[in-house]
Amino acid sequence: MTEAVRKPVLAVGPFHPLQEEMEFFQLTVDGEIVTDIDVRISYNHRGIEKLSEGLQFDQVPFLVSRICGICSASHPLAYVQAVEEIAGVEPPERALYVRTIINELERIHSHLLWVGLAGHFIGYDTVFMWAWKYREPVLDLLEEITGNRNNYGNVKVGGCREDIPDELVPKMLKELDAIEKKTEMLTKAVLDDPVIHARLKGVGVLKKEDGIKFAVTGPTARGSGIAIDVRRDDPYAAYSDLDWQVISQPEGDVFAKAVVRLLETIEAAKMTRQALKKLPKGPVAVEVKEIPPGEGCGHAEAPRGETFHYVRSDGGNRPVRHKVRAPSFVNVPSFKASCIGESIADVTITLAAVDPCYSCTERMAVVDGRRNVIHDYASLLQMSRAKTTRLRKEIGAPEMKLEDI
Amino acid sequence: MIQALTNLFWILIFPGFVFTLAVGLVAAWLVRKVSALVQYRVGPPVYQPAADVMKLLGKEILIPQDAQRAVFVAAPLIGLSGVLLLSTVLWLALAQREFVGDIIVAIYVMVLPSLALILGSSASSSPHAAIGAGREMKLVLSYELPLLLAFVVVIIKTSGALEAGEQLSLVAIAQHTPVLSISGMLAFIVALLCVQAKLGFVPFDIAESESEVASGVMIEYSGALLALWKLMQTLMLVALPLFLVTVFLGGIGTSVASVLGGVGKYVLVLVLVILIKNTNPRVRIDQAMRFFWFYCGTALLAAVVLATLGNYYGVGWL
Repeated sequence: MTEAVRKPVLAVGPFHPLQEEMEFFQLTVDGEIVTDIDVRISYNHRGIEKLSEGLQFDQVPFLVSRICGICSASHPLAYVQAVEEIAGVEPPERALYVRTIINELERIHSHLLWVGLAGHFIGYDTVFMWAWKYREPVLDLLEEITGNRNNYGNVKVGGCREDIPDELVPKMLKELDAIEKKTEMLTKAVLDDPVIHARLKGVGVLKKEDGIKFAVTGPTARGSGIAIDVRRDDPYAAYSDLDWQVISQPEGDVFAKAVVRLLETIEAAKMTRQALKKLPKGPVAVEVKEIPPGEGCGHAEAPRGETFHYVRSDGGNRPVRHKVRAPSFVNVPSFKASCIGESIADVTITLAAVDPCYSCTERMAVVDGRRNVIHDYASLLQMSRAKTTRLRKEIGAPEMKLEDI
Repeated sequence: MIQALTNLFWILIFPGFVFTLAVGLVAAWLVRKVSALVQYRVGPPVYQPAADVMKLLGKEILIPQDAQRAVFVAAPLIGLSGVLLLSTVLWLALAQREFVGDIIVAIYVMVLPSLALILGSSASSSPHAAIGAGREMKLVLSYELPLLLAFVVVIIKTSGALEAGEQLSLVAIAQHTPVLSISGMLAFIVALLCVQAKLGFVPFDIAESESEVASGVMIEYSGALLALWKLMQTLMLVALPLFLVTVFLGGIGTSVASVLGGVGKYVLVLVLVILIKNTNPRVRIDQAMRFFWFYCGTALLAAVVLATLGNYYGVGWL
């Protein structure tokens, strides 16, 4: 790049008060208007997939629950489902319900966390504090069930590690009522505020076709009118037994995403209550002796979107390959479509609106010494695609194009 | 000589710098404490703002390599002396030591902190600060006009009751409470919002918005220089609400009862500012400009017309 075409760049990151994680958005600005955005993550590569290959099958859930501090129920669940697919294990029904309950509680606390953070990002610290206060009882409930506020470590191959004691159910139902009431109050307060309308409506619009093009998932997709949800489209745990709705909004702006998340929180409280009432009797796990060779996929609807795990076993006691795709991996690139042409104030809240989680979605960058990035995100992606094509040719897989799928 | 020493005492000790600073630190604590109560938090102990400034004073000062050093260092001093002058003028007026036309001086001096902020951030050669400076500049342009208009309303309201030559005197204006009329109320509300913007509080903390430009105008400041900015903001927390009290709410008298009443008025204005701060999200700069020019401007034009009519026909409540 020559000096003549250099444009003013506003750096959001690598350390920036906007978000607590390391991320780097280079906003090319023209006054207040953002004309281009370059997203660079991978400041915190932890090599989870490699670590996982060194652990035994029943140790991995503890590792993957640490991929993300918030989605710490969805990642182990997706992994465990993948392993159960290999082993052909059917977990007992009560375990499915316990998994559902923990995952929905996780959704409530994650969405309330996002509402609070979004409030903070637009300078509304009162919403921040209130939302986080309302989130506390959810964490307390999770602690009572699993022993931990986050990183529950409750699923294992073949069922669950801890049961929900029956005497806890009435207390949980009562707490859920309180949480639902408070969330409804918060939803009303946030959605009726004219200043919030002025600030969020029509901001950072991700059009439906752009959303499909970037293959976004979760509330980001549902806020753009793409009503996809793994819980309904490919039911796992006990979701097919419950009566619930997929919330979606057609507008695609930040406000729509906020509406989706707030309504989903209320919906999640309803689902948890149903699951608690229907909780079947019986054991909470079956014994799994060994994992046969084979490969399996598992996916779960994390609060941020679809979490996908692929596991391959060679019959030993460790996975030989474990692949994770966290929802932020597809949601983060959609900034290209939603941020350009907005003002800086709008871009920062748009960046936060997909509820990104960078350390979940770390990929690597190859860096030479201090300065030169040899392979950045784009070139690594290209290499990966080239490798896939080569492998496909080697094993003689049929030619497939994206349009066919 | 004695006169000079007395004046120095007035400016530096009481009721100038030291006294204003003490009041300001308590006010800063009040801002944090009331915000905390609104937000379900406990809030800091009363000495926290002072402790923060003390800590900053002991920290290293970093000056960016490309910064204009002289301007970068001078800017916080200019800002601080601006507020110091403003608070001294106000205290003098409240103590009924007047000079004609002091409201003009007050308005003039009130712009200094914002100008200093723009100077300092422009000198610091950071893209974040540059955007912050641009925003501060737009913000000053937006709120100065409504603020001036609000004072025009007050001058019109009170001029009928004042002797010739006294129309611009703060002491004379402080004898009246223009807020007890429709036009005065409108002017007070708009002036309150302008003060909100001058203080850099939500919803008008656009220039230093933490989550967008990482405290924009002040991003490159550290150590004692940052402490000076914090002191400036602390002093503004005294001077600006006090100015509103003086101009709109009848000032603070000299008898014990009226001093207590005056303190009550000051706390009332401060709490109003804090509540606005805690019940709104930050607006965008273009929204702020539209708000100040169109909505506040229109309201104040109506207030000016009302006040003039009220004066002409001798109707006090208009």
